[in-house]
Amino acid sequence: MPELTLVEAVRAALGRAMEEDPSVIVFGEDVGIDGGVFRATDGLVQRYGFDRVRDTPLSEALIAGMAVGAAARGLRPVAEIQFMGFLYPAIDQLVNHASRLRTRTRGRLTCPMVLRAPYGGGIHAPEHHSESTEAMLAHIPGLRVVVPSSPARAYGLLLAAIRDPDPVVFLEPKRIYRALREPVADNGAALPLDTAFVLSEGADVTLVTWGAMVTEAMSAAAGLAEAGIGVEVIDLATLKPLDADTVLGSVRKTGRCVIVHEAALTAGLGGEVAALVAEHALTSLLAPVKRIAGYDTVMPLPRLEAHYLPTEARIGRAIEEAMAFA
Amino acid sequence: MPTHIAHFDIDCCACLDATGQAIGPLPEFARDGGTLRALYGAMVRARAFDTKAIALQRTGRLGTYASCLGQEAVGVGVASAMEASDVLLPSFREHAAQLWRGVTPLELLLYWGGDERGSDFAGPRGDFPVCIPVGTQFPHAAGVALAISLSREPAVAVAVGGDGSTSKGDFYEAMNVVGLWRLPAVFVINNNQWAISVRRREQTAARTLAQKAIAAGIHGEQADGNDVIAVCDAVSRALARARGGEGGSLIECLSYRLGDHTTADDASRYREDEEVRKHWKEEPLTRLRAHLVAAHDWTKAEEEALLRGAATEMDGAAETYLATDAELPAAMFDHLHNTLPAALQAQRAEVDNA
Repeated sequence: MPELTLVEAVRAALGRAMEEDPSVIVFGEDVGIDGGVFRATDGLVQRYGFDRVRDTPLSEALIAGMAVGAAARGLRPVAEIQFMGFLYPAIDQLVNHASRLRTRTRGRLTCPMVLRAPYGGGIHAPEHHSESTEAMLAHIPGLRVVVPSSPARAYGLLLAAIRDPDPVVFLEPKRIYRALREPVADNGAALPLDTAFVLSEGADVTLVTWGAMVTEAMSAAAGLAEAGIGVEVIDLATLKPLDADTVLGSVRKTGRCVIVHEAALTAGLGGEVAALVAEHALTSLLAPVKRIAGYDTVMPLPRLEAHYLPTEARIGRAIEEAMAFA
Repeated sequence: MPTHIAHFDIDCCACLDATGQAIGPLPEFARDGGTLRALYGAMVRARAFDTKAIALQRTGRLGTYASCLGQEAVGVGVASAMEASDVLLPSFREHAAQLWRGVTPLELLLYWGGDERGSDFAGPRGDFPVCIPVGTQFPHAAGVALAISLSREPAVAVAVGGDGSTSKGDFYEAMNVVGLWRLPAVFVINNNQWAISVRRREQTAARTLAQKAIAAGIHGEQADGNDVIAVCDAVSRALARARGGEGGSLIECLSYRLGDHTTADDASRYREDEEVRKHWKEEPLTRLRAHLVAAHDWTKAEEEALLRGAATEMDGAAETYLATDAELPAAMFDHLHNTLPAALQAQRAEVDNA
């Protein structure tokens, strides 16, 4: 079985999807000969040709809107927004069209499109290249928001997103694009959407996270295991709709919940997870829910970004505080 | 000294003057009395729908509605040029085009009356529902045209927007890719001179809207939007070019919004009645009727039968619309996704049990 990085797994899933379904097309800025600025589409144009792998003009609203039109007409477009920081012109199309075409035509026209975008900080990128604004997207009814956190999940979830009959925004944590390799069978097997993944079992604290923060969460959990604290790490993976059952089941078992995301704290998705726990598992709680997140500041440029992003140490302290409470 | 690099021209297609006289030799299709009767009948039908919709809104039985009064020639001209297999992507003002395409008056009333089933067209299944966020339908048309071109179908995507929509980035972005990839798309601008309260000349310094095509490398042309023959002719030629692999076009139809922007608007706040009165002399129904009378023996009896038939049809549609119950509340969940996600089932149950 080949060992792939996360970005290689994205590429493998794209190739597999294009191989098995001629209606899958890929377009975006620099996705053709250049293979994408992160090489996620490398080699696709050579294998599937210029008709199905298209460099678009520099037009993000067009990329999203064209995906809506092509999807409604029967294609399965997988469109790339080069960085999440440039996704905002596309939000009009996501809110007003992609997410509601099925509803507003009562199922006559549908929108089986995927909008991929690398997101998140930690790679010393220029301004506007490091934000995590997934909560904005998760607020849109009718839209799925999926974030993989490992090569295997990138492969399986992207295939699931492409095969899904409805629109999916697929956010790729670029800091871990090449952070590790793991065996990924390119066998066309999808992973389930709307399903959180329990990455490590533990009896004491539930640690809910997603994307690149899974790395910090797992390190923190490993460190605390040595101290005898059992941390159950949950990768939400699909941010909307959210797999509340897995989160609540774990919190009912552990009685403690720490939520970690690199997006800004206020109105971040951590608040939604905390609210679910408060609504449905309050009596199981032994300690207050804690959120470790990016600060409510503008995402700093690279010199300060390490101070912005949640660290293993901050996560560890939050868990220790939860343990100390009760 | 700069060197001359390029020169561009914009033509305007006009066939009948305001009195219904042919300006020059008419296009082939417009010499046939039967064809012209059908075009006239469709414009009368659209106006009858418009009249009924406004009456329903004024009596509290329809939601906010965007009238197409005075712009019937744009909708009918565009739609009559299209094949059934083409795809219409209309703005919110192109009822005339939708009616020609087979969307029923009942469906339109349901939509404007606040019922999503109105956009589940039984007729033109591939046509898009009306687009309310201005200009955002143009990128959809590019996507539809891309799908069409990949499948090698002979169809064309036809998007219609207003003069205001040509100021949007979506319009430019979509037109640019249509030019770049020679996509089979036709963009039609119903330039009714007003974007709510802002006049065409206060919208852009461009002398014509059609010339915006030049920057995208596609064909741009004006047509007299009060002249259904001119609109149909210009759009027919654009469709033929698109089908022939010659790429897209932008057709600017010069019309006039005789009514308010919508029933929620009061145009007397920003324009003089005198201006509107002047434009009533140019409106599209009168001139085609005059031409039919002069050139094709259109009779008073035919006119009366047409008006009566259209009014009866709209009365019937309104009656059915008013007698149609709303969907069950849980319907709001039923087309959100192909299958309702587990996370939403409790919300649906709450609505179901309320």
